[in-house]
Amino acid sequence: MEASTDAARLPVKANTWDTVRRYIGEYGLIALLLVMPVVYGIQDLSDTGNLTRLGENIVAGVSNGAIWALVALGYTLVYGIIELINFAHGEVFMIGSLTSAGFFGTIGLTTSTGTMGLILGLALTLVVAMLASGSLNVMIERVGYRPLRSAPKLAPLITAIGFSFILQNVGILWIAGSPRGIPDLINAQKELFSIGGVSITNGDVLAIGATIPLVFLLTTFVSQSRLGKAMRATAQDPEAARLMGINVDTTISLTFLLGGLMAGAAGLIYALYQTTIWYLQGFQAGLIAFTAAVMGGIGNLQGAVLGGFIIGIIQQISDNRIGGEWTNAVVFAYLVLIMVFRPQGLLGEETREAG
Amino acid sequence: MSGAAATLRRTGGRTDTRTLVTLAVALPITLWIADQIEMSIFMAFVLWVLIAVRTIFHSNDKVQRATVVALLLWAIVLPFFEEEGGGFIEDATLALAYTVFALGLNIIVGFAGLLDLGYVAFFALGSLTAGWFMSSFFANAGGNGVAILVSGPAAELPGIHMNFLLVLVIAAMICTIAGMIIGIPTLRLRGDYIAIVTLAFGEIIGRIVINGDEVKLGKVPLLGGPLEDVVGKGATLTNGRQGITPVDKIKLPFLDPFLSLKLRPWYFVALALVFVALFVNYRLRDSRLGRAWIALREDEVAAASMGVPLVRTKLMAYGTGAAFGGMAGAFLGSYLNTVNADQFQFSFSIFVLSMVILGGLGSIEGVMLGAIVLSFINNNLIPDVFNDYPSKVGLDFDLTELSFGIFGFLLVIMMVLRPEGLIPERRRKLELTEGVGVGDTELGTGEAMYEAKA
Repeated sequence: MEASTDAARLPVKANTWDTVRRYIGEYGLIALLLVMPVVYGIQDLSDTGNLTRLGENIVAGVSNGAIWALVALGYTLVYGIIELINFAHGEVFMIGSLTSAGFFGTIGLTTSTGTMGLILGLALTLVVAMLASGSLNVMIERVGYRPLRSAPKLAPLITAIGFSFILQNVGILWIAGSPRGIPDLINAQKELFSIGGVSITNGDVLAIGATIPLVFLLTTFVSQSRLGKAMRATAQDPEAARLMGINVDTTISLTFLLGGLMAGAAGLIYALYQTTIWYLQGFQAGLIAFTAAVMGGIGNLQGAVLGGFIIGIIQQISDNRIGGEWTNAVVFAYLVLIMVFRPQGLLGEETREAG
Repeated sequence: MSGAAATLRRTGGRTDTRTLVTLAVALPITLWIADQIEMSIFMAFVLWVLIAVRTIFHSNDKVQRATVVALLLWAIVLPFFEEEGGGFIEDATLALAYTVFALGLNIIVGFAGLLDLGYVAFFALGSLTAGWFMSSFFANAGGNGVAILVSGPAAELPGIHMNFLLVLVIAAMICTIAGMIIGIPTLRLRGDYIAIVTLAFGEIIGRIVINGDEVKLGKVPLLGGPLEDVVGKGATLTNGRQGITPVDKIKLPFLDPFLSLKLRPWYFVALALVFVALFVNYRLRDSRLGRAWIALREDEVAAASMGVPLVRTKLMAYGTGAAFGGMAGAFLGSYLNTVNADQFQFSFSIFVLSMVILGGLGSIEGVMLGAIVLSFINNNLIPDVFNDYPSKVGLDFDLTELSFGIFGFLLVIMMVLRPEGLIPERRRKLELTEGVGVGDTELGTGEAMYEAKA
């Protein structure tokens, strides 16, 4: 396989099949992604004459996608630096949700709390959830991955799976095995305003409004700060980075911390938006967010966010049109198709893993 | 830097025996405390024989094989000392079926080094095959039902009823093809990506089984017409969450009738499947194909440049491993008397993977041990013996809820402390310890992680 893909890149006479393959590789994924919105858009137009239903799908999709984007950032950060799929990341997100829901009770936030109190309380919860998930992620790295840096790559992946199961059981012990409803603090489904017949709810505003600054902060940190520079250097070449005086271990821990912080924030937003939490939410979210990260191009921060939004929209359309019970199958089918046709994703470079 | 790995290098093979001895002391004692005296004696016997042989003939292949043969002979006579409808044989039969799964997965993960997290797909497909062809599920098939090489009451019922051996072959074939199809998208990928793609396939197939009652076979494009002629009008793909039940009991000549309370014949069929799986595992490991798998596992690029055909070798690994999953799945369909969609979850894949890892990736003897130990822990120790322990010390939960947490913990502990498994395979151990020498600095990343896969 290796040899044949290399041969295709050599400047020998390109035959038709090679050209077709190149086009599929370049535009296939984009075409694939546009299939569902376009088909259902046309169907809507012919049925009702407007695009309200599709618009509502897309709005709900974008707000769900904002949550996936935050989780996907954690995958992409970690993968970028140590080329490991942090399988337990979804569970870190779940613990973030559980922590927030628990903390609401502790500080006494209820649906009758006033606006100012609510904002202050939620800001405090955000900090707590982010710190809980962040430190959990750092701990997992310290215990599970660091001792295995020199082992074959299967080893850390397997400990990651192990941690994922352990954390799921922590979730079971915490809130028992069934989904639990939590107070709808922000009135998530209440319409705030509407644009062209598409209603925008409180939940949508919260999800998008909280995600954008966080993503902005994270990208600024990675691209501007000294520590961010160290992260990028380590991602490029850990050996050389160490020679340049960068403490690689600390940098990797920092990466896990950042990923965990984002997952914690996503956990709070999820809890507020969905008003239901349960121990398996992390497993689902993990796979979906991983798909998002791969779709955007793993290791690429903007890509992860873009992928999150796209997956969110696909999910909503599938929920609404095909039926919720098939949604996961649709998302995973997309994952497989991306892997086949464009493993480097929408914005990513070709990597050694997926070349 | 892994201290454990370094210790391992210093002490060499002695650690194997030490772990085994610890296990051989700890496991029977726990069982004894838990009032499982028969079980305790059995486990102690098995483990001590293993230790004796390993200490006397240190890692000698022939001796290892002789041990396995002796243990298998012991497994043949064992059921005659046990009550026919007893819990022991029930659990032992399950353990044997899981051994077949583990040996199948061992071909994919252990030999060829392709981390497959979607092995549950083959359990699902194998079970479904039994559900389709050994029950009254296709109620309208062929008018009054179709019976192929089946006699007795089952032949009179509606639906398709086939001989179990035939179903076994069909299940193996379906899974081989499915395994290869799942393998194709992973051909260009490596490592983690393979894991995710196989996981996605496992989940997709699980979803299809759960929602299969919405899929009308007659409406499948192109194939719909002829398919409907075979399976009858209005047939669906699966029975959704309701599951397909009952499934025909196995019926074979020379064995007592297969009944729910007389489990001896079931045990022997499962044992026979283990024999087949073992034979194939041993023969394949030492064959040209087996060496190609190991070469692939160690270094894909080097293997390719030495003329190992990557595509064919990988697909063969997926296909062979999947076939065993299908056979064990078909057996379990009939044994458990149901094809229940909720069985086919990701945690099953992890359960089987834990067996392979606990025993030692690629080590046939180890994987057998891992499968038997873990399935006894899962089916016997956790639900029957230790389940109420948390409540005895004042904690409010059942241990069964946490069984997968326990397996997860086991995975982490094994990987950090003893990544080569309980009974390591020699080559595998070399591969694992090699990395220590290369990156013997504070951070071992550079060489070992990046270069090995570059």
